[in-house]
Amino acid sequence: MEMDKVILGDNQFFAVNHLSDERSRQQAVRFKDDKAIINVLDTAMECGVNTFMCTTHDRIANICEHMRQSSGKYSDFKFYPCMPYAHKYANAVTELGILGTLKAYLPGNLLSVVSKSGIAYARKDFPALMELLVDAEMKMFRGLNTPVIFLQNVMTDLLYGLGMKEILVHFAEYIRKKYNAEPGFITMNLPQMVDFCEENGIDNPVICSSINKIGFRMSGSIERYEKYLRSDKKFRPIAMQCLAAGALNPQEAFEYVGQFKKIESVLFGASSRAHIQQNYNMINSLL
Amino acid sequence: MGMSHCSILGAHPDVEVVAMCDTDSLLQSAFKKLTSIKCYTDYKKMIEEEKPDAVYVVTPTKLHYEMVMFALEHNCHVFCEKPFSLDYEEGKTMVAVAKARNLVNQVGYCNRYVGTFNEMRRLLKAGVIGKPFHFMGENYGPVVLKRKGGTWRSTKSNGGGCLFDYAAHVLDLINYILDDVAIDAKGTFMPSIFSSDVDDAVYSTLIMESGLRGQLAVNWSDDTHRKATTSLKIEGDGGKLEADTTTLKIYVKQDIPEHNLVKGWNVKYITDLTPQVFFNLRGEEFSLENDNFIQCIKDPSLENRNTFESALNTDFIIHKLMDDASQQ
Repeated sequence: MEMDKVILGDNQFFAVNHLSDERSRQQAVRFKDDKAIINVLDTAMECGVNTFMCTTHDRIANICEHMRQSSGKYSDFKFYPCMPYAHKYANAVTELGILGTLKAYLPGNLLSVVSKSGIAYARKDFPALMELLVDAEMKMFRGLNTPVIFLQNVMTDLLYGLGMKEILVHFAEYIRKKYNAEPGFITMNLPQMVDFCEENGIDNPVICSSINKIGFRMSGSIERYEKYLRSDKKFRPIAMQCLAAGALNPQEAFEYVGQFKKIESVLFGASSRAHIQQNYNMINSLL
Repeated sequence: MGMSHCSILGAHPDVEVVAMCDTDSLLQSAFKKLTSIKCYTDYKKMIEEEKPDAVYVVTPTKLHYEMVMFALEHNCHVFCEKPFSLDYEEGKTMVAVAKARNLVNQVGYCNRYVGTFNEMRRLLKAGVIGKPFHFMGENYGPVVLKRKGGTWRSTKSNGGGCLFDYAAHVLDLINYILDDVAIDAKGTFMPSIFSSDVDDAVYSTLIMESGLRGQLAVNWSDDTHRKATTSLKIEGDGGKLEADTTTLKIYVKQDIPEHNLVKGWNVKYITDLTPQVFFNLRGEEFSLENDNFIQCIKDPSLENRNTFESALNTDFIIHKLMDDASQQ
């Protein structure tokens, strides 16, 4: 499965800005309505972008519904879902506790031994619980193209640090089997994750990580990342935060990424036609 | 927070996580089935059997004292989550015991490891804004947005409430950046907005040991912020410093070439102020604080940025704020 070189992200729609809280506020106001998000996606398509990488935020469900209803227009459009939407679960755990959160997000009655969730919970069958949570998150994308499905970095890196290998391996297997899609891992720790996948038989995983000229959010060292990106290790890198939250200009940022033959795609967030078109053109010519 | 620390430590090259203690049965089975970490439900038994070098106390604040003391008495270095203690006298005892036993001790005020705040502290010390005459510390976020309780955060006796759980961060940051100690509070107002038993916001005037004064404004029922937003402004006779976790703005009335500052506004971003970390889970500051604790255990001559003692100063002003609010 070939991935598009250019992938649009969704941070800008949900007031995530790594450089400025004031900018987040402006974004929150601009994208208050779903229509504003759809307009940007339509603009991106006109610029040539056909892949949208997004969290499983409640509002994405509305965007998906819009696309299903006008299917002809979006038949080539691809979603790369990223789950779980961490804030949703973090808030739920704070408010409802772990059990309460599972009750709220899993289908069926968790305390009944006849529902799939109930059986998995009673047996403390964590891989089965994970499958149910993945299915719950994937519901909003039914009928749409989701060729790569990602685990968010908060979850990838948490499980990695805790040594809960089985869940990461099972995620990869389940995504391939049930959704006929490629498993992806977003991580703040690319080298560790590449080694982990190699050691645990996750073959050729898609790994999305910060890759930029100034080493921002490249844990360990930029040199270590570069070594992995030049190695013959089997993984499919997607570069994110190439602009280092705005510290770099697009030309130098994408030139840097372009020197690594291994990098298949670049993820960026933008909402104006000029920015999207500029980034699209540069990435296509430099990657 | 416990899971995050556990994961960061699990990825630390110098640490072996041997055991965890929790009473939640789901968490217990997850650790038993999926990790090689031993599980206990009795922390005393865990410390006695495992004889660890260091212990992380990541429980509701009410339980800190007995757990920290037990760990210290068993010669463990201790990392304790914030706020340190609900009872000032108990806090003093923990400081004294840790000191007497020469054990490394740290409290989880993670803002002390954020690049923008550290640069602010450095520039303030260097005198770029001259003599400071006022500060403003703020912290807003969407924690309690509905009228219902249910967790320990909604119970005063467990250390819940905006003052203990949220304002503590910015109070500690004020002490750290100003390199001073808040000793008194005036005009304190702590409204409950949604909670029935605890405060949801804290507003006050703080007085520092040096005589410097400033305002505190904290609200954890503020859904205009997507996540916790902490900021500090300091005004001096030569300029102004404004920092949050992403940006540091510096206004100076003249060029200061030795610090690369030009007359007027200067902006520094977190991208240029963040050191590399060994592993990143939820932000570099969490990795840095854990690493600081571990490195201090390996080499006690290193600077510990976040001791029990400094956290006790934060507890002190928390109690002053409570006393002052009750008199209003």
